[in-house]
Amino acid sequence: MNTVVLLACTGLGLGALYFLVASGLSLIFGLMDVLNFAHGALLSIGAYAAWWAATDGGMGFWLAVPFGTAVGTAASVLLELALIRPLYSRPRDQILATVGVGLALPALIMGIWGADARPFPQPEALSGTVRLLGATVPVNRFVLMAAALIVLVLLRLFLAKTRYGLIVRAGVEDRAMVTALGIDVRKAFTLVFAIGGAAASLGGALAGLYFGSINPGQGTGLLIFAFVVVVMGGMGSVTGAAVASVGVGLVQQFANYYTAAGLGDLSVVVLLAVLLLVKPRGLTGRLA
Amino acid sequence: MSTPAPVLRLDGLGWSVRGVPIVQDVTFDVAEGEFVAFIGPNGAGKTSLFNLISGIYPASHGTLRLDGADITALPVPARARRGLGRTFQTSSLWPGLTVADHVRLAAQAAAGPAASYRIWRRADRYRQQVEETLERTGLADQADDLAGSLSHGGKRKLELAVLLVGDPRLILLDEPMAGVSAEEVPALVELIRSVHQQGRTVLMVEHHMDVLLGLADRLAVMHHGTLLALDTPEAVMADETVQGAYLGEAL
Repeated sequence: MNTVVLLACTGLGLGALYFLVASGLSLIFGLMDVLNFAHGALLSIGAYAAWWAATDGGMGFWLAVPFGTAVGTAASVLLELALIRPLYSRPRDQILATVGVGLALPALIMGIWGADARPFPQPEALSGTVRLLGATVPVNRFVLMAAALIVLVLLRLFLAKTRYGLIVRAGVEDRAMVTALGIDVRKAFTLVFAIGGAAASLGGALAGLYFGSINPGQGTGLLIFAFVVVVMGGMGSVTGAAVASVGVGLVQQFANYYTAAGLGDLSVVVLLAVLLLVKPRGLTGRLA
Repeated sequence: MSTPAPVLRLDGLGWSVRGVPIVQDVTFDVAEGEFVAFIGPNGAGKTSLFNLISGIYPASHGTLRLDGADITALPVPARARRGLGRTFQTSSLWPGLTVADHVRLAAQAAAGPAASYRIWRRADRYRQQVEETLERTGLADQADDLAGSLSHGGKRKLELAVLLVGDPRLILLDEPMAGVSAEEVPALVELIRSVHQQGRTVLMVEHHMDVLLGLADRLAVMHHGTLLALDTPEAVMADETVQGAYLGEAL
């Protein structure tokens, strides 16, 4: 029982991390048809910026995380304006450009701070454990879950209640018609990129908390599972991404523990295949 | 005494694709508040002509004037801001958005290109506009339904609602009855009639002659990209050229 609770909490924490990356990825793809392979790099930027702020920068953890998120958000806006926007009518070039950034940024980070994992400073309040149903669970699992839940609620409110959100929802369904109404949808692109970058870089800062350390390849590793989550959730659906994140995180943890290590990743791929066979358009029935 | 300037004036308007003329030398005036229906066989250029007027296609020849101003070179949104609105032959809605969302989005768009992105703008401002439009188009009971769940007639009504939010003075309706079931046609005809009676100028492509005869002030007959005839429905029906070219086959 203890093990099950611990595995569930760890799986949910990991799922929360996947959601932070996948939510933005899903919105960006849904609205702009852009497969942003640089999204993992945005996570790494958030992670290293938060780490730098917490160590060299001398900020406390509670300032370092917003700092990392802000740097990641700025980077994502810059990426959209400088690289994605000029290539909107050229999807193949767009993919190449984001793949390029996705490879170059981790390499740059490696060049500056080295390939080795860097221990991420853990604040006193979050380094302990709590007892839950007989199991001893690290507090940081719950921090991740709470962060993902807040992001999910905020994103849903944004999409359902705001003027921008309405444009994004309409744009995810049919972008050309939004333009036909006379609305400049490119502003929504930049906004969605900023939101996606903010969530991913927050995920990066919190990944340091979850794993205890950060390394240049972390973002790319998480990105693969985030893509799985996006496809499973139905491209463009934030709620679908949330449900799929939980599923992927849990399956991975339980499979890794109860079968051979490494089978967790395999079982995620099997889960994806089965889901796509049963529901080819993903959980929410949107176009995959 | 001078007659009022026409709302819309086409002068030798034409459109060719790689030298092949699709619409040729179309010249006519539309008076304020008039209802002109366009008929003609498939491929006669009716929709192409509408695309030229609304600005989706660039005219290769001739000029187009709205309220006396030359709008031949203006893009679609600029024409829309001058009061020209249109619906499309195929349904143009977002299936996963509610009826109210559609009207709301149109209201945002009508408020100007930048209004949607202004941070401090009271949301209530649109609510009244949305409610009024839904009331006027008979969609108030379905405000929270998803557009994808509406009947064909409901979808057509919603397209009209989206169009009416911007309060256009001249509207182009491209086959608004397409796909609509027979029971739903009368309500839709009534809606179009009321839209026209509120003082709007209407141009409409339609195949159902029975629908048009009660609505249209004038019938325009298109054939092979040219305007074959433009007159009162009675005169057009009696015209021998028209009968030979189109009505003879169709009726």
